[in-house]
Amino acid sequence: MAHATRNAPPFYGLMAEFESAQALLDAAKKVGDAGYTKTDAYSPFPIHGLHEALGFKERLVAPVVLMGGITGALAGYGLCYWTSVIEWPMNIGGRPYHSWVSFIPPTFEVTILFSAFAAVFGMLALNGLPQPYHPVFNVERFSHATQDAFFLAIEAEDPKFDATATRQFLTSLNAKAVVQVEN
Amino acid sequence: VSESQYPPGDFRAPLPVVQPGYGFRSMTDKLVGVVLTPTTPTAWFIVLGFAFMLLTGLLVALSYLLLRGVGIWGNNVPVGWAFDIINFVWWIGIGHAGTLISAILLLFKQDWRTSINRFAEAMTLFAVLCAALFPLVHTGRPWLAIYWLFPYPNTMALWPNFRSPLIWDVFAVSTYGTVSLLFWSVGLIPDLATFRDKTVNPFLKKLFGFLALGWRGSARHWARYEKAYLLLAGLSTPLVLSVHTVVSFDFAVSVIPGWHATIFPPYFVAGAIYAGFAMVLTLAIPIRVMFKVQDFITLRHIETMALVTLVTGMIVVYGYLCEAFFGWYSANEYERFMLKNRVYYGPYAWTYWLLLICNFLVPQILWSKRLRRNIPVVFIVCMFVNVGMWLERFVIIVTSLHRDFVPSSWDMYYPTVWDFMTLAGTIGLFTTLMFLFVRVLPMIAIFEMKTLLQESKVKQPEGGGH
Repeated sequence: MAHATRNAPPFYGLMAEFESAQALLDAAKKVGDAGYTKTDAYSPFPIHGLHEALGFKERLVAPVVLMGGITGALAGYGLCYWTSVIEWPMNIGGRPYHSWVSFIPPTFEVTILFSAFAAVFGMLALNGLPQPYHPVFNVERFSHATQDAFFLAIEAEDPKFDATATRQFLTSLNAKAVVQVEN
Repeated sequence: VSESQYPPGDFRAPLPVVQPGYGFRSMTDKLVGVVLTPTTPTAWFIVLGFAFMLLTGLLVALSYLLLRGVGIWGNNVPVGWAFDIINFVWWIGIGHAGTLISAILLLFKQDWRTSINRFAEAMTLFAVLCAALFPLVHTGRPWLAIYWLFPYPNTMALWPNFRSPLIWDVFAVSTYGTVSLLFWSVGLIPDLATFRDKTVNPFLKKLFGFLALGWRGSARHWARYEKAYLLLAGLSTPLVLSVHTVVSFDFAVSVIPGWHATIFPPYFVAGAIYAGFAMVLTLAIPIRVMFKVQDFITLRHIETMALVTLVTGMIVVYGYLCEAFFGWYSANEYERFMLKNRVYYGPYAWTYWLLLICNFLVPQILWSKRLRRNIPVVFIVCMFVNVGMWLERFVIIVTSLHRDFVPSSWDMYYPTVWDFMTLAGTIGLFTTLMFLFVRVLPMIAIFEMKTLLQESKVKQPEGGGH
């Protein structure tokens, strides 16, 4: 079983379909426990605990948003400070050039703006979206992944992958059907 | 969906958020079927036609404005700010309910928000658009005004004055519009993928496929998506509170009697949510019947939103009391004069009493459980609130400005036909966009609705450590 395919595999991998969200979650847990790493699960809505069951532990979205927020705060305050104190200081109503209290509302808004951009575009970039083509779309039933069906795929590139043994393993997890995913 | 301490059938028990009997497939078919169908309700054409007529009026009014300048409006020397800022504050306030529903109620885990959040977010977006139109066109020649609205390097080397609440307003509103658009678009991605997979029309398949960005419902994608969505909600919450706070600073930072009050920020925010919920109800009540989605936007939603309207309405009334108290307690003769002028001897006192009827008296009906479950009654109350909240801004702005410190500068303000055409025109613009939206995009978040079904609830497998 443990012979990794060195040359490019002729197909993407195997995909199993499950009856329910619960069945998918249970199967994902077993797949993760069995040591498969190049796996993914597909569902029409987020299922709590599914990515952890697959051993996915990345937590990059929050740090990206934090970086966006810090950049925004510096940019917002920097804009107010640079324009009002350095570039063209103007005496307006006798207020100090560096009117830091008045600079807070624009700084706050720019912080939120940059954080929101970081959240959306950071999430899309980490997810590799937009992605016009992906092999899983070759599976005929896969159009139901956004409607009412639950799938789990193991890639042929996984070091533990073996066309026959993996197919048997997936079938043993109460899969409705197991199909080969073409590249 | 919601657990209750009362047995089903008890009148105190909450009504269902989704009519029972739906599964993943039937729910998808039903919600996708609202858009991917060749049949359009006749009522939709009638409303859209009427709205489009008003929108055409807006184009005429704006063209004439650009041709002749702001002199076509009724604004004059003591009342330099009138319909332009009244309408701006009214619209931006209406937008606030959408963000409250989509962000704040998400953080409070209010599952009933799911059915109305997409719809309310779209409302926010279109209301902010209508609002943003006013500060832009009130400059008369907007293309010459950009340098004092936005900081960009220009040939005069001038920068906006960051000590002014008006520039804070530009930052707040443009950030609010942008973040609302981001929030709304991100929410749409998985639903557009459902549309892509559901449609049989090859052109629509390509179009929805393009817009869905290749979304495939991967568990890793969902994990990052949910985190980003939650963070956006967390960011939108202080943002939405800041927007109307900054709008109220436009008034509160000045020294005009009736404007210079510390109650303004919370009172404006409460008023915004009040007006916004009334507008969500005004739109949701006809649209749920028109597109037959009563199973998802149920009486529960109507009742809960009516309650929020009642509560925020009472906060607004508390604001009116505070304003009056501040005026009296200040012992400042201009403040006290403003109060008397506003409440009984001014020429605009009738607008104040009309405001109290609309915003204080009529919504008291909603204390009755029977009446707030009566849809026509709720709709009529909301109409009063819509008018009342517009009048509130009229009272604040016009009565304070028309008689200020020096009697020799007093004058009356009368709006012109162009003022009314512009106001009606933005209502037309808003309704047109809203009705086009519900016909071409999913007005109910399909993937989120599925998480309300019992089938989607999972038990964590044994031996999992996370």
